[in-house]
Amino acid sequence: MSGWFMLTVVGEDRPGIVARLTAALYDGGCNLGEASMLRLGGNFAILLMVQWEGGAARLAALVEPVTRSLGLAQHVDRIEGRLHQHVEPDVGITVSGSDRAGIVAHAVGAFAEAGLNILNLESGVGGSAERPLYIMHIEGQALEGIAPLRSALEILRREGIDASLTPIDTLIG
Amino acid sequence: MAVRPVLTFPDESLKRTAEPVEAFDDALRRAVADLEETMRAGPAAVGIAAPQVGWGRRVVIIDASARPQWPNHGRLVLVNPEIVAWEGSVVGREGCLSVPDYTGNVVRAERLTLEAFDERGGPLRYEMEGFEARVAQHEIDHLNGLLFIDRVVSRRKDLFRRKVYR
Ligand SMILES: [Zn+2]
Repeated sequence: MSGWFMLTVVGEDRPGIVARLTAALYDGGCNLGEASMLRLGGNFAILLMVQWEGGAARLAALVEPVTRSLGLAQHVDRIEGRLHQHVEPDVGITVSGSDRAGIVAHAVGAFAEAGLNILNLESGVGGSAERPLYIMHIEGQALEGIAPLRSALEILRREGIDASLTPIDTLIG
Repeated sequence: MAVRPVLTFPDESLKRTAEPVEAFDDALRRAVADLEETMRAGPAAVGIAAPQVGWGRRVVIIDASARPQWPNHGRLVLVNPEIVAWEGSVVGREGCLSVPDYTGNVVRAERLTLEAFDERGGPLRYEMEGFEARVAQHEIDHLNGLLFIDRVVSRRKDLFRRKVYR
């Protein structure tokens, strides 16, 4: 019986990480599920669903020669998740402001109180070293409707944090 | 009338360019009725295109009336539709009967003018915007062998803001 695992790989970015890692998994007989891979601050971070016959330790051993040679940290967890479990977001929120401490915790705290279940969050720091600019994009489910989230955005704006909200209305056709 | 099976990606027929309708006859109207029944049987679909049931003709049905917050023309059968003008661009989330359990963000024109024929060959012309315009573009893409996954700009986020609510 093959199960699903979440493979996490993080380390200094260099060309070829994805190709070598996925080749090792394929050669080892793994099936790949959904993945999120991105460069963050000069590092490359991989979150990858892997389906595999053996246990976590053997999967870790399969990947280890690749991550060791590339100087990456790895971690394997058995997960209960499976494919075809998507939850559709119904709201997108963008928050931006000067890059000050606590902006994320402050904003997402307000959204959580307003009933937001975060499905995806991405953020970046732009601007310059002297004047950094923080931009965060969230997609989620408005569990209590859009109105409380609009109020939360209003409060953030009064505090000088620019925030906007867009309902996501998925077309099926 | 009959619900026809919906073809799903990567079925090759979804990638073919559909042929124009030439005969506005009873056979056409029967096939349109099947197409509509198939759309209504699906999971809250707001449109369907003939190639999705393996019918290689330029016919789409759209019905954006379930989104009363957007201006729309209700149920429309569009034969040989052609977008003759478009304006603006906007990102929105799309899924497809032919691509189950996957959605993504796609850039579409915000407003358009469309010309088509009805089931009896009468000429039609519509100005559309917002959600309805998006549905029309999604369905007309099917007639040209294109799926929304060919146009996805981002799986999980808008690359730029859509309408901003303040
Ligand atoms: Zn479609």
